[in-house]
Amino acid sequence: MSTTHTVLAKLEHIGLNFGQRVILHDVSLEVYPESVLTLIGPNGAGKSTVLKILLGLLVPDQGLVWRMPGLRIGYVPQKFHLDRLLPLTVERFIGLNLRRHNPAAVRASAAEVGIQDLLPQAVQSLSGGELQRVLLARALLNKPQLLVLDEPGQGVDVTGLNELYQLINRLKQVHGYGVLMVSHDLHLVMAATDQVLCLNRHICCSGQPEAVSRHPEYLRLFGDLRPSGLAVYTHHHDHQHDMHGCVVPLPDTDKEHSHG
Amino acid sequence: MDDFIWRALLAGLAVVLMSGVLGVFLLWRRMAYFGDTLSHSALLGVALGLMTGMNLNLWVMAVCVLVALLMLYVQHNPALGSDTLLSIIGHSALALGTVALTFLPNVRVDLMAYLFGDILAVTHSDIALTWSLAVMVIGVMAWIWRPLLSLSVHAELAQVEGVKVWWVSAVYMVLIALMVAVAMKVVGVLLLTALLIIPAAAARRFARTPEQMALFAMVIGVLALLAGMGISLQLDTPTGPSIVVAASVLFILVQFISPRST
Repeated sequence: MSTTHTVLAKLEHIGLNFGQRVILHDVSLEVYPESVLTLIGPNGAGKSTVLKILLGLLVPDQGLVWRMPGLRIGYVPQKFHLDRLLPLTVERFIGLNLRRHNPAAVRASAAEVGIQDLLPQAVQSLSGGELQRVLLARALLNKPQLLVLDEPGQGVDVTGLNELYQLINRLKQVHGYGVLMVSHDLHLVMAATDQVLCLNRHICCSGQPEAVSRHPEYLRLFGDLRPSGLAVYTHHHDHQHDMHGCVVPLPDTDKEHSHG
Repeated sequence: MDDFIWRALLAGLAVVLMSGVLGVFLLWRRMAYFGDTLSHSALLGVALGLMTGMNLNLWVMAVCVLVALLMLYVQHNPALGSDTLLSIIGHSALALGTVALTFLPNVRVDLMAYLFGDILAVTHSDIALTWSLAVMVIGVMAWIWRPLLSLSVHAELAQVEGVKVWWVSAVYMVLIALMVAVAMKVVGVLLLTALLIIPAAAARRFARTPEQMALFAMVIGVLALLAGMGISLQLDTPTGPSIVVAASVLFILVQFISPRST
């Protein structure tokens, strides 16, 4: 990634306190095009807070926030709940912030993440996995240069999880966006990320996934996941499931298909 | 029909049209308490107006707008514990207003008229003020519709996508504050929130889009106004509460109609 000198956005020595409590201390990071930076860390480590500071939703007490002028950002927030009393279709939701009505763009974005069939449905009727894809479609609508994802895998089942991260990675090659994300799905993230940043109010360690997963600070926080526990479990499938759970044949049957 | 009934109908119509379009957002943003705090504070405005002998409407509007901005500040500083504080502001203003009214020399105040409304005493200048405000409120709401809807769905997502969340919220809250000042005549400060909430909630049953819901809320508001005034004239019941009762009955009836899927 060091070959590209364009930085999409960066944080330098960010500090944030709530009263006496230190939320963040001396956090720095840079996001590059076509590169995935993943924040991992225990609950309450300040991962979402880092994203919000980068997005300009929170103002830090110390440090510098820089975004490329005119940077187009797509954002998938962590908590999304739509009140049952608000009648809104998926189609309307995706295009909600378009200045001019543009059904073609909404459909194109929905097609990219494979949710065309959901467009006429009510947002409240979506399952966790469907909702995350709909949020992704909205984030992609604006042709973002930077995609900020706050736990995109929440509420998604194991099969869907693998597909979701593959989708984010495949579209990265199409659009050339940079990704900054928070994730708890360590085993899946490690395979699909260029750089990992382990956060616990300060930066414990950072670097390439392989290096980070051997770092003592990482091992202290998460334990050694490699030999046992959540090791990657490879097996063969003779079919897969579409969005409605129906059995469909594999697109490419001679290819090995692995799940975490 | 008598002239005072026409005046009441005209003023009531303007108020229910405003409350329809404003009310749906109060529901979507779960801000019913906001309506209560504002309308309760209106009584303090009344007391101040009577004390200074200046224009009553102006005082009520000033107090309500001030409280609205205070609430906006509280909302953006969650550390203050918003629900509790809002409840304290609203009820304190209501109590203070009531106490202040009893201290006024040479003024006999009909407290019930302020608490429950006195739509049959609406004057020509009240109608002019209510309708000009209604036109302004509906116009401004049409103007801020998209950003306001967007931030009601998810404020942070809207902000990232370029919506000026603070400003749009502030404009919306000031509109409600202004509406409270004129709606007070129709249903009074204690039942004002009902006029914002109940027609909007009943409208949800039929609506498939946010715009439809606002439109249906206006229609249901008009029906409740007509039915409530009819009951009030026939049975000689207080008009404001009768309108709210009619709205509640409409809400219950609507629940028996099968809902739309979205």
